[in-house]
Amino acid sequence: MKCLVMGGNVKVLGKAVHSLSRIGDELYLEPLEDGLSLRTVNSSRSAYACFVFAPLFFQQYQATTPGQDPLRCKILMKSFLSVFRSLAMLEKTVEKCCISLNGRSSRLVVQLHCKYGVRKTHNLSFQDCESLQAVFDPASCPHMLRAPARVLGEAVLPFPPALAEVTLGIGCGRRVILRSYQEEEEVADSTVKAMMTEMSIGEEDFQQLQAQEGVAVTFCLKEFRGLLSFAESANLNLSIHFDAPGRPAIFTIKDSLLDGHFVLATLSETDPHSKALGSQELHRPVPPLQDYSTPHPDDFANDDIDSYMIAMETTISSEGSRALPSISLSPGCQHSHSPDPHSEEEDEAEPSTVPGTPPPKKFRSLFFGSILAPVHSPQGPSPVLAEDSEGEG
Amino acid sequence: MPLLTQHIEDENDQYSLVASLDNVRNLSTILKAIHFREHATCFATKNGIKVTVENAKCVQANAFIQAGIFQEFTVQEESVTFRINLTVLLDCLSIFGSNPMPGTLTALRMCYQGYGYPLMLFLEEGGVVTVCKIHTQEPEETLDFDFCSTNVINKIILQSEGLREAFSELDMTSEVLQITMSPDKPYFRLSTFGNAGSSHLDYPKDSDLMEAFHCNQTQVNRYKISLLKPSTKALVLSCKVSIRTDYRGFLSLQYMIRNEDGQICFVEYYCCPDEEVPESS
Repeated sequence: MKCLVMGGNVKVLGKAVHSLSRIGDELYLEPLEDGLSLRTVNSSRSAYACFVFAPLFFQQYQATTPGQDPLRCKILMKSFLSVFRSLAMLEKTVEKCCISLNGRSSRLVVQLHCKYGVRKTHNLSFQDCESLQAVFDPASCPHMLRAPARVLGEAVLPFPPALAEVTLGIGCGRRVILRSYQEEEEVADSTVKAMMTEMSIGEEDFQQLQAQEGVAVTFCLKEFRGLLSFAESANLNLSIHFDAPGRPAIFTIKDSLLDGHFVLATLSETDPHSKALGSQELHRPVPPLQDYSTPHPDDFANDDIDSYMIAMETTISSEGSRALPSISLSPGCQHSHSPDPHSEEEDEAEPSTVPGTPPPKKFRSLFFGSILAPVHSPQGPSPVLAEDSEGEG
Repeated sequence: MPLLTQHIEDENDQYSLVASLDNVRNLSTILKAIHFREHATCFATKNGIKVTVENAKCVQANAFIQAGIFQEFTVQEESVTFRINLTVLLDCLSIFGSNPMPGTLTALRMCYQGYGYPLMLFLEEGGVVTVCKIHTQEPEETLDFDFCSTNVINKIILQSEGLREAFSELDMTSEVLQITMSPDKPYFRLSTFGNAGSSHLDYPKDSDLMEAFHCNQTQVNRYKISLLKPSTKALVLSCKVSIRTDYRGFLSLQYMIRNEDGQICFVEYYCCPDEEVPESS
């Protein structure tokens, strides 16, 4: 494999690597016929990211050497990122970047040709691996919205940098709402996180908005910011395809030279009855978003852990195209709940809570509870797709 | 500085060393470039002050502030030597803060009475005077790397701009920094061997950054990266750097630093090699 990136595109590539580094610790590099793909998945498989750079992005693109098997490699994200660590330096001094993979040596060679004749060569060790691919299909998501990345970037600006999750939903007047998400346990202890932030964007700022009022999903903000910063710098439109809470949300960007997909798991809905009563019963069928990897044993008595993670598939055969199988997502485990159309008014009429403390449980039921149609979870465990198997080192 | 000069003029004779600066940063900035250990040895002659810091008996950094930099500079004896806590000295020199308001200068008067006496610092800014007394210690013998120009095999002079990013981005998971200097390709190469793999930074001899290139023999030497990394500070301040190796593989880095008043000062680093013959990379 040999790819040559020229001029400003080196910085674009570097930015993409920075975005991917927000998600996972390993980078899967695979030269395909329709472009170079860079993919990663986080350790708990709750976030997947993929960038594909079309051959036209490169000055020279040679996916495979004739006579050689196509190569796929897995490389430590830290190692690859170190090459592109300083974006300012890339812009200022790097004129050309050459990435080559020699099947014989076990090294991925990245060579930066810089100003003044200076040349920087990195020989990075990698592992052979199988192709990493998430199973998802944006077309199967009933809700979507599309806006210039700048609009969404400005919307997330006020959120505290440490905020873990954000809820995206459609509110009254078809306004797109972004709200900071707080876990129930945290809010009960009012010493933690005394501030909630909400941003509301009018429908007119979106190029496309295909979702009903009341739908909402909660996902990891930090991971979303990773794609957002790339999309903003490349001046692209960002599309968000989402479904019911618990099913992954798909974020996409595209232009003639590249496309990017980020698939993030979303928080499953909790039983509104328990929270409306303000009960201390904190039975949560989902693990906290911060830690997908080890769910609480009590929470999964009947649930299938795989339904909370993004279904991943690995293939040994190389694929000519990047066409993703259109298998529907393994549905998230959802609790059916009966919507109460009057709950909204009732909540507003009730006397307000103790001044000084946020009324989070009620607040949430205002947003989610009243309008969502009941969804019945399928019986039995959802189909488990092929596990991500480790490649041979 | 009428406040200070009047008081001290009569007492000048009792001091072995008296040095005054209108802008203390002309001293503190240079000292920061060699501040990788707590203690330093100060050596003053009528030509100026040399401050030395050493580590692991393998690396030595020297900062030269020649007499001409000071507004007043008097050394009563042949030479004056003392050991001092460099961290404390730098803290005192920047006592009025390290980010001055534009247009304000902090003035310094440094006095040393001799063996056993503390170093006195008088710092003044905007009419406010601070007096510092720092204990001095028994001077320790500094290493003599015995590096002389006649033994130099390879020498290059580079514009610092070209090395700055390279040095600040050095792969610190590598134990060594390997320096290759050769009349043939790759001419001048910096290599690291870290957890991710190896990295090589090549500077061609005809690069615009190369001010002088005098390499007679191919030499490949390795130096402990942790010992050389502190030199990045000096590199960042400097406009030019000269890199020389002698027949033993000893490395000499000399940095030309221009201070705020446009005067030139020098900082040099000496380092001995880690291994005699490196394995091929």
